[in-house]
Amino acid sequence: MTASVFETLRDTLRAGEPAALATVVEGPHIGAKLLVRPGVAPVGDLGDPDLDRVVARDALGELESGLTSTRHYGEHGEARERTVSVFIESFALPPHLVIFGAVDFTAALAKVGKLLGYRVTVCDARAVFATVARFPMADEVVNDWPDRYLAKIADDLGPRDAVCVLTHDHKFDVPAIAAATRTRVGYVGAMGSRRTHNQRTERLREAGVTDAEIARVMSPIGLDLGARTPEETAISICAEIIALRTGRIAPSLRDASGPIHS
Amino acid sequence: MKEVLDDIERWQAQGHRIALARVVGVEGSGPRDPGATMVVNDAGEVAGSVSGGCVEGAVVEAALELLRGERDRGVITFGYSDDDAFAVGLTCGGTIHLFVEPLDW
Repeated sequence: MTASVFETLRDTLRAGEPAALATVVEGPHIGAKLLVRPGVAPVGDLGDPDLDRVVARDALGELESGLTSTRHYGEHGEARERTVSVFIESFALPPHLVIFGAVDFTAALAKVGKLLGYRVTVCDARAVFATVARFPMADEVVNDWPDRYLAKIADDLGPRDAVCVLTHDHKFDVPAIAAATRTRVGYVGAMGSRRTHNQRTERLREAGVTDAEIARVMSPIGLDLGARTPEETAISICAEIIALRTGRIAPSLRDASGPIHS
Repeated sequence: MKEVLDDIERWQAQGHRIALARVVGVEGSGPRDPGATMVVNDAGEVAGSVSGGCVEGAVVEAALELLRGERDRGVITFGYSDDDAFAVGLTCGGTIHLFVEPLDW
């Protein structure tokens, strides 16, 4: 017996794989379903092959961005018509939070990242510090140089993902920031005092990072909340990630002046 | 949907019929984003949520009507300017559109 659309969706979600479910919510064939997954033929139909084709294409696009919305079409998938309303629900993979540097702040940031639904990777070249025992909340602890690890995952990083550089060591954080600004990642933040930040900006320029790439970096990292503890700092970083994603105006440390801790 | 999969599977194993209500559109201020899902079985058991609690009661009613065959699958709208028979709305002043359907697919 062939699996129903629901059974296929259920098994896909249980396996932790991405999918988008399209449902006709207004128009002919109300309730009809099309389940779309990357690299697999769609399951179900919306009552018209041309509509299926157009919706499958749009659903993959929505899934890529992690968006869920209702779109309108003509009966055969025509754009700019509204005969058929299709609700496209994305079940995207969780966004990826990559934290470079196995320091005190890392555990707190990894915890808050998990709370917000991120898949969290902690990466540090120093195997003594980057251990699963120290970061049990992380999905993955990687012993590698930041730029080498970023090169491996660069193609998978997108607008929903974030890279936070907490290493506090130019040797590690300059190549990490340089590599991160050349990916499609939505957020790049780097920790450090204003003095560290100024020195690091110089070193980034020396390493050939352009002004436009440097302008992408939130440094010093986080919102200007007066955060002191690692946990408070983690909240200020995650709040900045949210504000950048939603385009809201929130006071970033980067855009203020004076000491971070006063 | 993910958060109600366990409930759906348990109810299916018990032989219940199930209705699914999903937020498919939000205008203005709304407590939950599109995709928020509530499921209701024919014994009146409920899992998940579609708002901050403002319209859940009315959605359960609609879901049970659907399971009794007194209502067809379709979009139900709740909101400040809503004039239909439901005397409920969102205190936040927004409008939400829900698609209510039987889980027969």
